[in-house]
Amino acid sequence: MDRKNQIMKKAIGMDYSQFQLTDLAFDYENMMSYGGYTIEKIREIQKEQGVGNTPLYELKNITKLVRKLAPKGKGARIFLKDEASNPSGSFKARRAAISVYHAKQNGYKGVIAATSGNYGAAVASQAAMQGIESIIVQEAFDSKGVYQPEIMEKGRACEAYGSEVLQLSVGPELFYVFLRTLEETGYFNASLYTPFGIAGIETLGLELAEQVYERTGQKPHRVVVTHAGGGNLTGTARGLIKAGCKETQIIGASIDLQGLHMASDHDFNKKSFTTGHTGFGVPFATWPDRADVPKNAARPLRYMDRYVTITQGEAFYVTEMLAVLEGLERGPAGNTSLAAAIPLAMEMDEDQIIVVQETEYTGAGKHLNAQLAFAKENGINVYVGNPKESIPGKSIVLPEHPSQLSVTEFPMDKLKRTYLKNVQSQFDIEKFNDTDWEFLAQELNTCEEKIKELLIGRER
Amino acid sequence: MVTVPKGSYVEITKEVLSQNQRAPQIPEDTKKTPLMMKVKGFLLEDGEIGETVKIKTVLGREQEGSLTSDNPRYSHDFGDIVPEIFKVRDSIKNFMKTGDCDGQ
Repeated sequence: MDRKNQIMKKAIGMDYSQFQLTDLAFDYENMMSYGGYTIEKIREIQKEQGVGNTPLYELKNITKLVRKLAPKGKGARIFLKDEASNPSGSFKARRAAISVYHAKQNGYKGVIAATSGNYGAAVASQAAMQGIESIIVQEAFDSKGVYQPEIMEKGRACEAYGSEVLQLSVGPELFYVFLRTLEETGYFNASLYTPFGIAGIETLGLELAEQVYERTGQKPHRVVVTHAGGGNLTGTARGLIKAGCKETQIIGASIDLQGLHMASDHDFNKKSFTTGHTGFGVPFATWPDRADVPKNAARPLRYMDRYVTITQGEAFYVTEMLAVLEGLERGPAGNTSLAAAIPLAMEMDEDQIIVVQETEYTGAGKHLNAQLAFAKENGINVYVGNPKESIPGKSIVLPEHPSQLSVTEFPMDKLKRTYLKNVQSQFDIEKFNDTDWEFLAQELNTCEEKIKELLIGRER
Repeated sequence: MVTVPKGSYVEITKEVLSQNQRAPQIPEDTKKTPLMMKVKGFLLEDGEIGETVKIKTVLGREQEGSLTSDNPRYSHDFGDIVPEIFKVRDSIKNFMKTGDCDGQ
């Protein structure tokens, strides 16, 4: 454990104890300002790397479709921030640009990231652009040697950018390989969860607010964010707040994969999505510090107003819809928030604005046809019908009618109660002082009374 | 056996943790399998498939493991056509044209 802490400290070059206030509480805002990465500075670094400043599309045809289905006067204008236009094909370039910049400024020869997702390609691309080395550690295949096609594609992309890719079978001990590689190389831990990594996403929220205002003279009423590890939601929300959009409702959306175990060798290839799902969304929201840094800068419950889930079939369905109605072929995982935005727009007035905050690139392996064909090969029943019938790991149901698109509420109180349960399992709340309660109120974006209510509610 | 010449771009596979070294909290099915790692690089000496060999990765780091493939291919693609996607495509386009997914 001591050795682990030592490796981590060296690999991140940052002493997290300086932010600690009590055993539980730490100064989050002070940590977020670490390194002097103001939003202006971040914009400048990203501009230099060709990151950000992505187009905002108005999805006019999908808005038309929504208005055909919605009651008279309902059906908000839907906008989409095309993050696939970033150098590595996703919003992850924003955080990678800052992580790699920071590593280089601090004299590291290379960076390492543990990720099976778009972040790997982003780190590899930024490392190439900024002239340092990169190693990506991926959970990639099951015990039969069968790869998730989406992950194989991301591995290929990393290798294309000159990265060394270490691919592992299923299991959380990937972290052991990650630590050992940090120790062997002395490279920087380009974690997804450093303060500057998260601050890198703030420009997404800021740009989005500026672009919506420029086009409509309004602030967005709702922004839907695909939620997994929590960085996307945290960074975007912070950027929106900095842009003065304090009233904008932040809605997290994940694909429902409840029932599948994330560390199960058997379940690994029964999933048709490797990110943007509840398998990350719920645990990371309710205990952010499970991350590969001592304090996770992604703390989604501070900013999330509402959390909804959709099914795998609905994400594939809107991926097809985006291609045929809007002429945009994008990766399925990024369209999680689009699938949620369609039913959410139906609840809203016509003059209101909802923004789908990201897209991701698509290609071999990372495409609805590839992912559905893989699902069939793995015994998943794929059919057109009622998406409500779908069972993660057993069936994928593509809607037969757009009116079947819907969101399922994941109660915010349930998330907050789980967060508190996790706090209680590690700390003695009887000994909490004002600083602890204040910290919890900030963490859960609520007041002390409500926290006590949630704690009692749990015991009932 | 076919000899893979030194300098070839290959993939090796190695066991990182055996079954009994796996973390206690992981599911039973995963615990029954070793943690395996695959990495690619250039073969340092001639070798045969299945033999323990050493490679240099693209970063020049040395790795040792069982030689599993020579000129490893990326086998992912777009998959066999999934006919259900055509059904969905038609229904979306019909709905936009006629307000009905069947195109009536």
